[in-house]
Amino acid sequence: MIDRTKVERKSDLELVVTRIFDAPPRIVFEAWTRPELMKRWWVPKSCGMSLASCEMDVRAGGGYRLVYDLGDSKTMAFFGKYLEVNPPSRLVWTNEESAEGAVTTVTFEEKDGKTLLVMHERYPSKEALDQSIEGMEGGMPESFAQLDEFLANVGGK
Amino acid sequence: MVQHYSARFDASFAALSDATRRGVLEQLGRADASITELAAKFRMTLTGMKKHVGVLEQAGLVSTQKIGRVRTCRLGLRRLEEETEWIEKYRQLWAARFDALDNVVAELKHKEKIDARKNKK
Repeated sequence: MIDRTKVERKSDLELVVTRIFDAPPRIVFEAWTRPELMKRWWVPKSCGMSLASCEMDVRAGGGYRLVYDLGDSKTMAFFGKYLEVNPPSRLVWTNEESAEGAVTTVTFEEKDGKTLLVMHERYPSKEALDQSIEGMEGGMPESFAQLDEFLANVGGK
Repeated sequence: MVQHYSARFDASFAALSDATRRGVLEQLGRADASITELAAKFRMTLTGMKKHVGVLEQAGLVSTQKIGRVRTCRLGLRRLEEETEWIEKYRQLWAARFDALDNVVAELKHKEKIDARKNKK
């Protein structure tokens, strides 16, 4: 199968992911906004984790919290709040697990009965996106921050 | 994905657990250096220094480049390679998610059809 999921670094601050789904936006939007559906696809089996819990208060100003089960009774939480909820075409939320988290905007656009999904992640600074790229993202942000600090201290340049 | 980072994280800390290797990082923070220079600086054999640099390289803390007979070491991975690799990992995560989402969406669509048929009756 060809790569239907495309990722592009649009600028110093932005990453964009696009994909077409074979269903109208109202259905795809539903799968992004109902926790019991979200749970079924957000953490694919291939990445070796599962979701311990998934709480989503999907309305502007509402919060969400996803807790990943990493095994060995280790967990990792991702959380933030919804800034915009416009069914079935637009969702915007913050990522607050790190101080310089991205703002994620997902748009669902109808194209001949299908949905063109565009997910846009905008970081507050180039450094924040670069940091994600350096491998801090998804892993253990605090521990990596310690490593960063050490490297910043030894690296005079 | 997390496993990948966690492995890298372990490798980084293992690499930093050794005083000589921390010294090498400090040295490379000031200027790039060849393995021979590093070996001389830390009063070690070339083989010993090669091992230390190998550990740092594995952990992604140092990159090396051989020009002629000299292997030069510098701090960190080369940016572009790392970014390309990261973007591909990120893409793979989203591709896996979206393949799973395809199934959920297909199921919802199917259910909608059945419900519509029921309502007609």
